[in-house]
Amino acid sequence: MLRQIAVPVLAVLAFLGFWEFIVWVNGWPNYKMASPSDLPAAYIRFWPLFLEMGWQTLWRTVAGLLIAVVFGTLLGMAMGFSKIARDALYPLLVGFNAVPKATLVPVIALLFIGQHDFNTVLMAFLISFFPIAVSVGIGLSTLEPEYRDILRSLGASKITIFRKIALPKTLPEFFGALKVAVTLAFIGTNLVEIVSPHGRGLGALFKSGETNGDYPLMFAVLIALAFLGIVLYYAVVALERIFAGWAERPQG
Amino acid sequence: MTNLIEIKGVTHAYKTPAGPLPVLDNLELSVPEGEFCAVVGPSGCGKSTLTRLVSGLMKPDTGEVWLHGERVKGPRKTVGMAFQNPVLLEWRTILQNVILPLEIVAGSMPQKDREARAMQLIEMVGLKGFENKRPSELSGGMRQRASLCRAIVHKPDVLIMDEPFGALDAFTREDLWQTMRDLRAAEPFTCVLITHDLRESVFLGDQVIVLSGRPAHTQYVMDVDLPADRTIDILYTPKVADMLHILRDQIKLAQGREPKVH
Repeated sequence: MLRQIAVPVLAVLAFLGFWEFIVWVNGWPNYKMASPSDLPAAYIRFWPLFLEMGWQTLWRTVAGLLIAVVFGTLLGMAMGFSKIARDALYPLLVGFNAVPKATLVPVIALLFIGQHDFNTVLMAFLISFFPIAVSVGIGLSTLEPEYRDILRSLGASKITIFRKIALPKTLPEFFGALKVAVTLAFIGTNLVEIVSPHGRGLGALFKSGETNGDYPLMFAVLIALAFLGIVLYYAVVALERIFAGWAERPQG
Repeated sequence: MTNLIEIKGVTHAYKTPAGPLPVLDNLELSVPEGEFCAVVGPSGCGKSTLTRLVSGLMKPDTGEVWLHGERVKGPRKTVGMAFQNPVLLEWRTILQNVILPLEIVAGSMPQKDREARAMQLIEMVGLKGFENKRPSELSGGMRQRASLCRAIVHKPDVLIMDEPFGALDAFTREDLWQTMRDLRAAEPFTCVLITHDLRESVFLGDQVIVLSGRPAHTQYVMDVDLPADRTIDILYTPKVADMLHILRDQIKLAQGREPKVH
């Protein structure tokens, strides 16, 4: 237990030490590259802003992610159960995923002018549903036929088979995808926050640091983003333990 | 005695890109109630198709499958299945796995009764003490025992087994043959066993059906005239050796090779 906490903490400290060293050895001034020792001052100075903006970024990311989970799961179910849906949707999905999402920000901003919250949630959703849809689809379509036959030979309905077998069996893949989707959703949220004018959230705070040439603030925002990302990631890991941790917990 | 399973003139072909692939050709098979029917035949001759037809998972192109005097048109609750892969649900304990069919078939049965019924079988196959373990914690043979329990927990009219012991080592397999024999003595069921193992077919079967090569028809039927409480030793008697020889020759014939003359 101690080792589980100590190892990542030491790794983070080593990383910060390396960062400090690089800045020091190159003699970079503050307006070129901030070092970790500059950050506490930035946090203290802008703490209320960090709390407010951090919360905005967090709730929008989670909202977008939740929509992505619902939509991605439904899409994955369609692709997992129907070959026609799979053939039809795959090229569309892959094509859509290949479009850099930054290019969509102006489109969305124009479509829903001034709806900053909505636009941000929408982007977080758009960028993160793809891995969920694909992994649920693959999980369902690669279910060994014997699993289905066991229940089908008893006359079980498709819904029962899905609930008792397909759904739990796909959960590990689903959570694997969710871990990827969490970090993607963060990128989506921040993209809108940074690019759109008069934005809010940590992205906007980053932007204002850039405008004022306040490098310590910019890097403090980046670290805050990384921290939020880690928190959300481990929230997913905790959920995974509960719902797909078959080794530890009985699951009906 | 009435025939529980009656297969009459069943012909079936799979659709493939290269055209229809006939797998069963005018197959005839009847299994009286309570009897154990072992089906052997060369690889890829359509034995697994047979299990899917009897369980109602598939409909034949032509011919009829009757179960209990009723024409099989779709899946029925009165069938139990076991495969070479035990297909246990990894997220459930052994007990929960065995209970699964009862959740589907006996919706109104109280959970306590379900568990009692499952435990009864789990004890019978020697898995007592492992009921709260997960499948991944058990050996291959133990998993297959659990799979057997699940296949008969809802007291099906017919147990259909598709090479259930095929992936096990020889000694574990013999253990499971004896478990099968004891299970049948404790609660009689009608059984169709698909196997590649001639010794297994003779040890467990009341009749052994040899299918021809693809497309399969019933090539040979052997009545196994051995006591119900047979032991593994019986496999080393001259009588069984003769039976195995006959079956071996039939398999060679089914494979399209000349049988050796004795």
